[in-house]
Amino acid sequence: MPEGDVSMAEESNNGSGLDYIMSLEDVPSKLPPHLELFKTRVLCNNDAPVHTETIQYSGAYATLGVDNSVRLDNFCENFKVEVKRLTDSDMEFDLIGIDPAIANAFRRILISEVPTMAIERVYIANNTSVVQDEVLSHRLGLVPIRADPRLFEYPENAGDDKNEKNTIVFKLHARCRVGQPRITVKSDKLKWLPNGSELPCEDVRSNAGSKPKTFTSFTCSQDSLPEFSGNSISVTYPDIILAKLGPGQEIELEAHAVKGIGRTHAKWSPVATAWYRMLPEVVLLEDVVDEVADELKNKCPANVFDIEDFGKGNRRATVARPRDCTLCRECIRGGKEWEDRVSLRRVKHHCIFTIESTGALPPEVLFTEAVKILEDKCERVITELS
Amino acid sequence: MDGGWKTDDGIQMVDGDNFRPKCIYVAVMMRRIMDAILNKDAMDDKDYVGNKRLELSGQLISLLFEDLFKSMTTEVKNLTDKMLDKPDKARNFDMSTNIITLGLERTLSTGNFEIKRFRMERKGMTQVLQRLSFIGAMGHMTRVSPQFEKSRKVSGPRALQPSQWGMLCPCDTPEGEACGLVKNLALMTHVTTDEEEGPLISMCYLLGVEDLELLSAEELHTPDSFLVIFNGLILGKHRKPLRFAAAIRKLRRDGKIGEFVSVYVNEKQHCVYLASDGGRVCRPLVIADKGISRIKQHHMKELVDGVRTFDDFLRDGLLEYLDVNEENNALIALYEGDATSETTHIEIEPFTILGVIAGLIPYPHHNQSPRNTYQCAMGKQAMGNIAYNQLRRMDSLLYLLVYPQRPLLTTKTIELVGYDKLGAGQNATVAVMSYSGYDIEDAIVMNKASLDRGFGRCIVMKKYSAVIQKHSNDTSDRILRPNRTADTAGRMQILDDDGIAAPGEILKPFDIYVNKQSPIDTRTPKSGSAANLPDSAYRSNAQSFKGHGGEVIDRVVLCSDKDKNMCIKFLIRHTRRPELGDKFSSRHGQKGVCGTIVQQEDFPFSEKGICPDLIMNPHGFPSRMTVGKMIELLGGKAGVSCGRFHYGSAFGERSGHADKVEAISETLVSKGFNYSGKDFIYSGITGCPLQAYIFMGPIYYQKLKHMVLDKMHARGSGPRVMLTRQPTEGRARNGGLRVGEMERDCLIAYGASMLIYERLMLSSDPFEVQVCTACGLLGYYNHKLKTGICSSCKNGDNISTMKLPYACKLMIQELQSMNIVPRLKLADA
Ligand code: SF4
Ligand SMILES: [Zn+2]
Repeated sequence: MPEGDVSMAEESNNGSGLDYIMSLEDVPSKLPPHLELFKTRVLCNNDAPVHTETIQYSGAYATLGVDNSVRLDNFCENFKVEVKRLTDSDMEFDLIGIDPAIANAFRRILISEVPTMAIERVYIANNTSVVQDEVLSHRLGLVPIRADPRLFEYPENAGDDKNEKNTIVFKLHARCRVGQPRITVKSDKLKWLPNGSELPCEDVRSNAGSKPKTFTSFTCSQDSLPEFSGNSISVTYPDIILAKLGPGQEIELEAHAVKGIGRTHAKWSPVATAWYRMLPEVVLLEDVVDEVADELKNKCPANVFDIEDFGKGNRRATVARPRDCTLCRECIRGGKEWEDRVSLRRVKHHCIFTIESTGALPPEVLFTEAVKILEDKCERVITELS
Repeated sequence: MDGGWKTDDGIQMVDGDNFRPKCIYVAVMMRRIMDAILNKDAMDDKDYVGNKRLELSGQLISLLFEDLFKSMTTEVKNLTDKMLDKPDKARNFDMSTNIITLGLERTLSTGNFEIKRFRMERKGMTQVLQRLSFIGAMGHMTRVSPQFEKSRKVSGPRALQPSQWGMLCPCDTPEGEACGLVKNLALMTHVTTDEEEGPLISMCYLLGVEDLELLSAEELHTPDSFLVIFNGLILGKHRKPLRFAAAIRKLRRDGKIGEFVSVYVNEKQHCVYLASDGGRVCRPLVIADKGISRIKQHHMKELVDGVRTFDDFLRDGLLEYLDVNEENNALIALYEGDATSETTHIEIEPFTILGVIAGLIPYPHHNQSPRNTYQCAMGKQAMGNIAYNQLRRMDSLLYLLVYPQRPLLTTKTIELVGYDKLGAGQNATVAVMSYSGYDIEDAIVMNKASLDRGFGRCIVMKKYSAVIQKHSNDTSDRILRPNRTADTAGRMQILDDDGIAAPGEILKPFDIYVNKQSPIDTRTPKSGSAANLPDSAYRSNAQSFKGHGGEVIDRVVLCSDKDKNMCIKFLIRHTRRPELGDKFSSRHGQKGVCGTIVQQEDFPFSEKGICPDLIMNPHGFPSRMTVGKMIELLGGKAGVSCGRFHYGSAFGERSGHADKVEAISETLVSKGFNYSGKDFIYSGITGCPLQAYIFMGPIYYQKLKHMVLDKMHARGSGPRVMLTRQPTEGRARNGGLRVGEMERDCLIAYGASMLIYERLMLSSDPFEVQVCTACGLLGYYNHKLKTGICSSCKNGDNISTMKLPYACKLMIQELQSMNIVPRLKLADA
C-alpha cells in the first residue's frame, strides 16, 4: 500500500532506475487522491461499476514518480489473513492486501483442481428400482465421500491396477420386501468395504479352490493401514436420497471411488462453491442529517447505517456496518441527490473469501491445499523458464 | 326424424301436402338475400365463430355407424332373399360378415371417412395422439382442425376473430400453411352435443310462440313480433321476444332445460334464435343481476372448503354457459368491480381466454404476440415427463428429462392442467450477458459443472422389435441360445441364454440383440414335422444394433402381434447429457442452441457466490420484445429468495394471479438484491468485477427434442442410388450433402471450375464411355477384343474414351429410347 513505498525506497537506494528517482527529494511518493481512489476502489455507481480493473503495469504511474511494481517484501508486510467464521463445512476469511487476480486463482484452484475422492465406477448386480442404472450411478457419483484424498493416488498412475492405494469400494444393498411400504434408500446405505471388491469378475472363470477374482486387487485391507485406523471412510452426509424402492424392488451394487479433480467432473470438486467478494465501503459524501438520515437508514435493507444523536435532537447518519452491504443500490436509488450523498465502493485489495466444503476436507485445509497447488504451478513455471 | 320438421340437412321439410312452412322459409331466405344486397352490413360473416360448428368424434362415429348399420341390414336382406330363393330353406343362416366391425376398424385405422350415404369423403380424420410430451398430448386433444384444404390463399379464416374471445386460444396456432386455420380450444370451452329437440319445441309453443299456420299475413308482418328460429327451422312468431328469451334463460338457470341450450335475440333481423344442436362452442360465465354477481363470498368459501363444486355452481344458477351468439345479448364485465347496472355477466378469469399450452407462458400479456405463438409450437417439443406411467410404456420413441422441475414462476393454468406435477424443463440460473463470442445468434453458453450435476440430462427411449415369423410351409423362425465359444467378435455378449438380450446390458454398435434364425426354405411344404428341421436348414437372421453405443436395454417384452406371431420388443434407453448444438428454449419463444460449454471456474459469479447455469446473449431481447421473460427472471429470483412460488398468469395482475413487478422488486430488495434484478458480478477469468451490473436469475428452460446426436451426419464414400449411380440422399441412407443449384451458381461466380468438376462428377457419378467420333453415339467396350466398338457403325475405328456423369449417359440412353438421338461431337481440347 502507498505508505510502504517510502520506506522501501529508502532501503534500496543503491542508485538504479526507478529506485534512484524515487530516492530523490522532490519526487512525490504518493498518488494524488483521485488516482489513489481509482486505483484501490471499485466505484459502484448507479448505472454501472467503474474502475473495476486493477492496475498491473509497474510503470503505470512512473510519470508521477510512483512505483506500481509488485514487491514481495511490500506484499509480505501488508498481507493479512483474518478468519471471520470457521465451521466444519464452511469458512469466511479476509484476504487483505492481495490482488483480486491471486484471490481468483485460489478460487479457481479450489473449484477445479483440489482433488477429492468420488465414485467413478458402479458395478450393478441388480437394480429393479425405477431409477435407471446410469441415473443411479450419476447420483452416486455426486455423493461426497469423507476420505482424505491426500492418502490416495490418482488411478492413472497405476494403469489397470485397482489397489488399496487408489480405490475405495462401497457396497449398497437395499431391498424392499413385498408387502412392505416403500422405502427410501439414502446415502448411509453405502457401506465401505476395506478389503476391496466382493463381486467376482464374470469373464474370468476361477478355479474352484482359489479365491474368485474380483474387480480390485487389494494387497491388504484398507483399515489395517495406519492412515485409516483412526477415521473410517464413509459418506459425508447420511441423508442424501439415492433412490426409492417399491415393494419387491431391490438394488445391489458396488461403487468404486477414485481420486480426481473438479475440472474433469464437478463431482470431484471439493467445494460446493468457493468465492470471494471485495470489501464493501460505504462513504457518505456529505453530512446526512435529520429526516434524510432516517430515510437513508430505512432505505438500506442490510441495515448498514446508524443514526448518531449529537445533542439537541440533531441526528446524523453514520456508516456502521459497511461489511453487510450487499450492493443493492437502494441507498442511491431515488435520484441524483442520493447519488451525490452516498458513494458505494469496493476495496480492490481486500477480498472476503468464502469456502463451502463438501466435507472431504475441512475448509481451512482445502485452502492450504489450494495454496500448495498454486505453489507447485509457480515452481513449474520457474523450472520451465530456467 | 320424429317430428318430420326437417331433413337431415336441416332444411324445412314438407309435412304432407302443406307447403306453407316451406314457402315462408323460402320467403325469409329471399328477404335476407335482398337485405344483404341492399345493405352489406346485413351480410353474415362466415368466419364468425357463432356460425361455426365443431364436429366431435361421437357425431362422426354415429354417422359412420349409421352408414354401416344400414349397409348391414341391406346385406342381410340380400342374403335372406337369396336364401329364400333356394329350394332348401331350412339351412343355417350365416350372416357373419362383420360389416360393422371391419368398417369401424378400417375407418379408424386409416382415418379416411368415406360415407357415400352422407356424401362425406374426408381424409386424416383420425390422428394418433402425440405422446412426446405431456403438454403435447394435452394440446393435441384441444386441437380444432379445419375441413377445407389449407392451400387457399385467403386471409379471412386465418385472421383472429373477435368472436373467438374466450372460446379459442388466440396464441396457439401453427406457423406456416396451417397458420390460423388450425386452432385450439381455450381453457374453459365446452363443445355442445346434440340435445333432443321435441320437448324444447313444445316448450316454445307453451311459452307463447305462435305457429305460422294460424297467423294471417298481417299478423306475420307486425313490426314488433319476432320470428322464432330453432336450430335453423322456423317455429313461429313471438310478440314479446325479450320476455320469451328471459323465460327460456330462467328455465335454463333453474335446470329445467339443458344448460347448453342457447337463446339469442337478434334485433336487427327481428329474430329469436334458439339452439340446442351439437358442435357449438360455449363457455361458463358468472351471472350478474343488475351488475351484482350472484357468486358471493360464502360460495367461494364453500368452494375452497370443498363443499361445493363447479357443477353445484351451475346447478344453483350462479354460473351459466353462453355460446358465441348468446354472448351478443350479454354485457360481460371483466371483473366484478367493472360491473355497471346493465352488466349481465362477469368473466370467471381473463386468463382462460388462452388455451392449455399458451397458459404455460408466464406473463404472456407482456410479450410480443408472435413470441407466444412460437412458444406454443415449442412447448410441445419440450422434453420432460410424459405421464405418470411413462416408465411402463412401450412407445416407439420417448424423450424424458432425468430431473424435471416445476417452474418457479407458475401460472394458474399450470396448476389446473397439472404441468407443475409433470413438468418439462428446469429452472436454470441465467445471466444475461455476452460471453466468449460463442453466443451469437441466440446460442447459449452452458456451465459444465451444471451439466455434470444433471442439468438438461435426458433419456431417449427407442423401441426395436423382432418378429418370429411363421412361414407358409409351417416352418417358423427360431431363436437360438448363443454359441459363446464361436462368438469371437463378442457381438453376442449381451444375450441371455434364451438368445434374447437381457435388460440392463449396455449395447455397443453391431451387438446382436436377438439371435434369430430363419429357415432357408420358406415355401415348399415339408413332409415331416416342421419343428425338427436340421440346423443346416436355417440361416442366421440375427438382428444387430445400429446406434451410437452406450445405450442400455431398458425392457424386453414378449407378445404376439396381430398375425399371432411371437413378437419381441426391446426398449432401448440412452441417457444423454447436453452437448454442443442441443436445442434449448425458454417459455417465451426464445430458442437457441448450446454454443459452447465452459468450465465453472471461468464462469462469472455474484457477490453471493451464485454462478449461473447458462449465459444468454442480451441481443435476444431488443428485437423480440419478450418482456415477460424479464419479469419471469425477476419473479423467479424473488421466488427462490423468499421461498414462495410466484405467479404470472395472463392478465393476472388485477386479480392477484400474477405478481406485480413492484411487489417483486420489493421482495428482491428485502433479500439484498437490486430492485432491477441486476447483480454485481465478478469475472471468473480475471477475478475483477465486470463493468456492468448483470441481469441474473432463474428462468425455466425447456430442452427441446432436437439433439445433434440424432442429426449430425457426414460421409466420405458410401451407398449410391442404383439408377443414377449418384450418392444417396438423406441421413438415414448415409447420403451425401448435395451441392445444389445455388451452390453451383456460387462456384461458377467464383470461377472455381475444377471444384465444380470435382463435386459434380468425380465425387458423384463418374463413368467411362466409348464415344464414336464418326456418328457421335455411345458405343461399348468389348472385353475380348480389348477395344471399344460402335454398335451403329459396327466397327471400333473412331472410338474415343471419355468420362461422363453416369446420369448424363443415362439421359442419352433414355432419349434414344424415345427416338431422339443426341450425338456427342468431340473436339480436341
Ligand atoms: S447498497 Fe444496499 S445494502 Fe449497501 S448500503 Fe446501500 S442500501 Fe445498504
Ligand atoms: Zn459410330
